[in-house]
Amino acid sequence: MPTAKMNTRDKVAAGLGRRRRKEYLFRFIGILATLVGVLFLGVFFTSLIANGSSAFQQTFMQLDIELSADVLAPDGELDLAYADFDGLVRSSLRAEFPEVSGRRDRRELYRLVSVGAAYQIRDLLLEDPSLVGTMQTLWVPASSNVDMLMKGNIDASLEEKLRPLSDKQIGWIESLRQAGRLDSRFNVALFTNGDSREPELAGIRGAVMGSVYMLLVTVALSFPIGVAAAIYLEEFAPRSRWSDLIEVNINNLAAVPSIVFGLLGLAVFINWVALPRSAPLVGGLVLTLLTLPVIIIASRAAIKAVPPSIREAALGLGASQTQVVFHHVMPLALPGMLTGTIIGMSRALGESAPLLMIGMVAFIVDVPGSFSDPATALPVQIYLWADSPERAFAERTSAAIIVLLGFLLVMNLAAVILRKRMERKW
Amino acid sequence: MSFLQKATILASTATLALAFSTGAQAQTGRDYVYVVGSSTVYPFATVVAERFGRGSEFKTPKIESTGSGGGLKLFCDGIGIDYPDITNSSRAIKQSEVDNCAANGVAEIVEVKIGYDGIVMANALAAPAVELSRADIFMALAKEVPGEVEGELIENPYVTWADVNPALPDAKIEVLGPPPTSGTRDAFVELAMEGGCKSVPWIKALKKSDKSRYKAVCHTIREDGAFVEAGENDNLIVQKLEANPKAFGIFGFSFLDQNAEKVKGALVDGVEPTFDAIADGDYPVSRPLYFYVKKAHVDVIPGLRGYLREFTSERAWGEEGYLSDRGLIPMPDEERGEVAANVRDLIPLTMASQ
Repeated sequence: MPTAKMNTRDKVAAGLGRRRRKEYLFRFIGILATLVGVLFLGVFFTSLIANGSSAFQQTFMQLDIELSADVLAPDGELDLAYADFDGLVRSSLRAEFPEVSGRRDRRELYRLVSVGAAYQIRDLLLEDPSLVGTMQTLWVPASSNVDMLMKGNIDASLEEKLRPLSDKQIGWIESLRQAGRLDSRFNVALFTNGDSREPELAGIRGAVMGSVYMLLVTVALSFPIGVAAAIYLEEFAPRSRWSDLIEVNINNLAAVPSIVFGLLGLAVFINWVALPRSAPLVGGLVLTLLTLPVIIIASRAAIKAVPPSIREAALGLGASQTQVVFHHVMPLALPGMLTGTIIGMSRALGESAPLLMIGMVAFIVDVPGSFSDPATALPVQIYLWADSPERAFAERTSAAIIVLLGFLLVMNLAAVILRKRMERKW
Repeated sequence: MSFLQKATILASTATLALAFSTGAQAQTGRDYVYVVGSSTVYPFATVVAERFGRGSEFKTPKIESTGSGGGLKLFCDGIGIDYPDITNSSRAIKQSEVDNCAANGVAEIVEVKIGYDGIVMANALAAPAVELSRADIFMALAKEVPGEVEGELIENPYVTWADVNPALPDAKIEVLGPPPTSGTRDAFVELAMEGGCKSVPWIKALKKSDKSRYKAVCHTIREDGAFVEAGENDNLIVQKLEANPKAFGIFGFSFLDQNAEKVKGALVDGVEPTFDAIADGDYPVSRPLYFYVKKAHVDVIPGLRGYLREFTSERAWGEEGYLSDRGLIPMPDEERGEVAANVRDLIPLTMASQ
């Protein structure tokens, strides 16, 4: 029997092939798993960028507009706050296409220009009323359907009734394009405007400001409270059944679905404390509840990582417990605490479910200017746009997601850099 | 304490003080109109709000999409700046809701009918066109359907459309529709399902003898997978229809209007869902849309009267107004005049007149 005579070396050699195969197999599975993850991420980013990148460009139309006082105020009394600015745009379009007659055709013609053109003229005239009566050549936003056609999102070869633009409209657009009166430019409105139901005028500034106000409230509350709780639990609290109970509860809270915090916010902050609905203040308070457990857990881990020898040395030199904590432990644990805070903040930035309950899922045009103005947040804006019937909102939805991911990326990068730069190893 | 710590504490205190002082200010007044309610009316109300906000010295109204029922509940919670001024609704207010309003001090409510909305059953453009009757829709989607014997109800046995009606395609019944919280679902059930249900004589007779049984039979949608609740996002339904040519989707006319190159509406009782057919009342599955205003808030909340005027102006809800561009079907001239006059004089709703 050869097996009986086998020494250890032979046994190892006999099993070696099998062990290697196992290792290769596991490595192969590992690579496969990584590849699948990368693939999903790649598909996600490609589709996002393919859909969203065109939203950063917007079609503008050049119009020669006579700022005629007769059109602005047909009854002779010129009040720039209530003048007929749409009338100016319409008469300019009629001058550009004198051959278009009939109510129906003219209405189709007027639809090529965004209602934003009238707002633009109003702002121009309110700034400089002396322009009334002059001829101005302006680049005004084209309507979203023109924009979609120029970007190739509307197929002109389809049957007429299957597309939102008629044959005549496409003819006019073509003649404008050949005259050099259509131009694609960077979509500034996307970053400077609040929400709008006209896709060509809709922007994310209102939502970004709402998110900024909310995160300010969140960080101002959750960082000090979270850090204080972590320091107390880690450095001062006596080990007892109570502190164990608190620890278990904090860990559980971190896993509670976010919508629950929204319900809590509705019951406590709006119905009981009577804070205003839809306000970033309430949103910030709700997100504070959401991020507190994350920050406490991260801060405690950071404090635990400070070697006991540092505490013992300080105590040995006569420092009090408080001095030990604030002079030695906290400065050393701060990078970890800040990292935890940033990660908590980036989670708060991406939340939309709890905001649903406190009235922040709303159509709000005016950019919020304080903590109590009605506001939405970036993820909510994405949700609202995704549900809009106008097709031009599809690309804007993707663009808003790109911006949100950009913010998240910057925040997480900051956390990584902070950790690399300031963390000390013992 | 290090500089960083001091700065953090200083910043937190400052932010908090600021936050609470502005929070307290907000309690003393509200300078914008606050609207809640139906997600079906939301696309129209937001357009009006935006035009009103940009064209006047008032702030743009804030509009929350809460659904018709949720909106009426918030609306009826009380009078004052903390409560909405207006609620949008894709159905008329119910007696129970009026009572609830009255119990909370909301006594005078002005009803404003703004136009009509059609509900369509659409499928992918690539799929064959179908012509359904309301009876077909009921037979295909009800939980229980009439059996062989009069008065007998059986669990819905139909698997394909051809089982329901031999003239229909031999394809599996697959319908994507809104969840029960949606006003669109309520209207679809009432107009299409009940309309078909009534075509069976003995069920129609049931309405007089046993009303709750009648409702249960006519309003209950099957739960065996043929009807899929697809959520409130109509864009998603349109995408799913494109991917699955056998499926039908239920949504508002405005989505059909915006996606004419992807989906097409089925004919119901021989009528195609078009703008004109819904406006003329020929298309059977259409419903009126409303909003409700608190009379006590008018002239207290800045801009509320102006918002009402904008909504009921010809340039908004008229035959060629900007709301018709968004898919709202306008009321006939005469009816518009009546409602506008009602709004001007703020004549409150009386349930008896309904």
